[in-house]
Amino acid sequence: MALILNEEQTQLRDSVQGFLADKAPVAHLRKLRDDRDPTGFSRDLWKAFAEMGFCGLLVPEAQGGSGLGYVEAGVVMEAIGENLTPSPFLSTALLGVTALMRGAGAQRNAELMEKIVSGDLLIALAVDERAKHRPREIAMEARRSGNGFTLTGSKTFVVDGHVADRLVVAARTAGAPGETAGLTLFLVDPKVKGVEIERTMMVDAHNGARIRFDSVAVDADAVLGDVDNGWTLLEGVLNVGRAAVAAELSGVGEAAFARTAAYLRERKQFGKIIGEFQALQHRAAHLYSELEITRAAVLKALQTLDQNFDKAGPIVAIAKARAGASTTLAVQEAVQMHGGVGMTDAFDVGFFMKRARVAQEFFGDAAFHADQLARLNAY
Amino acid sequence: VSDLEAFRAETRAWLAANCPADMRTPLDDDEDRCWGGRKWTFKSEGQRLWLERMAARGWTAPEWPKPYGAGLSREELKILRQEMRAIGARSPLDSFGIWMLGPALLKYGTEAQKQKYLPPIVRGEIRWCQGYSEPNAGSDLASLATRAEDRGDHFIVNGQKIWTSYADKADWIFCLVRTNPTAAKHKGISFALFDMTTKGVTTRPILLISGKSPFCETFFDDVRVEKENVVGEIDKGWDVAKYLLTHEREMISGMGLPAGRPLGQVAANTIGSENGMLADPMLRADIARFDVDAAAFQIALERFGDMAKAGLANPATSSMLKYYGSELNKRRHELAMAAGGSDALEWESERSRGGEAARAWLRTKANSIEGGTSEVQLNIIAKRILDLPGA
Repeated sequence: MALILNEEQTQLRDSVQGFLADKAPVAHLRKLRDDRDPTGFSRDLWKAFAEMGFCGLLVPEAQGGSGLGYVEAGVVMEAIGENLTPSPFLSTALLGVTALMRGAGAQRNAELMEKIVSGDLLIALAVDERAKHRPREIAMEARRSGNGFTLTGSKTFVVDGHVADRLVVAARTAGAPGETAGLTLFLVDPKVKGVEIERTMMVDAHNGARIRFDSVAVDADAVLGDVDNGWTLLEGVLNVGRAAVAAELSGVGEAAFARTAAYLRERKQFGKIIGEFQALQHRAAHLYSELEITRAAVLKALQTLDQNFDKAGPIVAIAKARAGASTTLAVQEAVQMHGGVGMTDAFDVGFFMKRARVAQEFFGDAAFHADQLARLNAY
Repeated sequence: VSDLEAFRAETRAWLAANCPADMRTPLDDDEDRCWGGRKWTFKSEGQRLWLERMAARGWTAPEWPKPYGAGLSREELKILRQEMRAIGARSPLDSFGIWMLGPALLKYGTEAQKQKYLPPIVRGEIRWCQGYSEPNAGSDLASLATRAEDRGDHFIVNGQKIWTSYADKADWIFCLVRTNPTAAKHKGISFALFDMTTKGVTTRPILLISGKSPFCETFFDDVRVEKENVVGEIDKGWDVAKYLLTHEREMISGMGLPAGRPLGQVAANTIGSENGMLADPMLRADIARFDVDAAAFQIALERFGDMAKAGLANPATSSMLKYYGSELNKRRHELAMAAGGSDALEWESERSRGGEAARAWLRTKANSIEGGTSEVQLNIIAKRILDLPGA
């Protein structure tokens, strides 16, 4: 399969980029932040996503969805990155839907799926428990009790957790932290007794939440996938998240770079356009190279998720590691090359730097994924 | 898709039956490569057979159009490479004729030139060298001074080239000469082909920091070159030269691809492992980051091939790939030296295969100089892709 977007995917890219540049550019995020918006994103925009078929992008057509794949999901994520659009697209339409489809089959959750597709149900994924992404270290306890389980523990960095209608929660039904065996995924209604949610506004004005589970009782049918054997399902969902965030980061980096290159072509100092200075030209050309190489890896990761989902681990690690590193460089260069104005809140490039930092951390940073690759290569 | 699957099955079966066993082992060093040519001595019967068999199928130049190459589609070419990789098959032929001159001839050559030069290139019978750089024309290549004087039906060439790779082993040279000394520097250059045994051609190997001499000085003293040996129009050789350079850059960027034993494994052998992890966490991290970049670069090469095929690639992309690939290869060899420790420092012992690791490491330092320095590539990206002013 060629490593380029096909005609339909190119059309999708053009239409979603145009749509977001119009409806939800950086000014949209800025306004949500300045208004201290309690939701953190626009529900109207989410409804528009539903009408365009994005909420059910991955949902099979037979269930009212768009029946598209991860490459198309990545196309949307990249546009979200370019515009810094806050949206539950990742948490609900990608992570939530993947968890439901692979963990329960679309049928069992037909009602939920219908609501997701229409934009009326939000899902959040609760995995991390400490400040760094270490899914093997999950300690949250799910003890068997009666017909179901009792969940106790805490989660952090739960994106859209404060507005979610359902949580996908990874907990330990057996084994010890550090082991991949003994993990189980649960679908939890956050309104049940014992769930305490604290919204944590992040540096990039995007959503996060800390969630405490205090003896939360769930039925056996809350289990997604198999009890004790949830690692493969979790890894699959995480890989979707990693590739999707890599695509978003790619968009963040591209947009930051485009603004920087435009500035280099117009800003004058010493009686010259600053883009004439070779010191800046070489740094810009190097950065361009880094971003282009990342773009290839991200597309390959998305294609692999579509074609060979279970074998996507290594390429997803490569893509997320690359995207984290190259976009970090892009936003640092953006602020530096813009000079003083890049440091001001009134100017937009700072928003790109902030989003890049959060997305770099989300689902494992470049170091985490380089380490993953080393493990996979047995050294 | 079923056609491609059939092609894969057929290719796999043919490779299984025809790739000699000793051509399925990793290259121990550069001496194991097969360059062909009139002066070539095959290192083994396997090497000879492998070249002969692959050439007979056109698979030494698989993507060249028929009748010169095998005319494989992009997808077929990927399958051939995958299947060769799967059995660890070596390249049957390393060749500047295939990597650089051939594409230029296919684009700019006359029918007669194609018929004369391409078949012996594909068969590995004629080895070519590249006469580009001169002592005073390095990064500023277009200022070259080697003079070709018009004598009616032929030129008389006088001048000197330098850094001519394997000039002493080559049979023919593709050479940039100045045919019009009064025109602007890019406009008086022609692209000429001639036999290295022509009277007046001499070469002198240059001893490099690696202790080897892959490059030569090449001197031309009243060398007669027929006009029919000029590729493209006279005085318009710069177009041919630039086109060929994009292929040279792609060739050099290929050095960024995974080659030899994985670094993690090399390091584990010298340093050891603890709990399945390399016992030097700092080196492990450096190698892991390198592996991420090298894997992504390999995918990027694939992507830009696909983009070129679809007419979506900026030609200056070859500069980006050359820049990145050559810097990666230097990084690989720095890490290989760190992984090898003092074992990798031995210069002459049999144990070190004559200092192979150290010599290869030193050789890579030229990667970011040859074919246009990294700085020149960055200039090209800034100008041709980023559209920065005054670049």
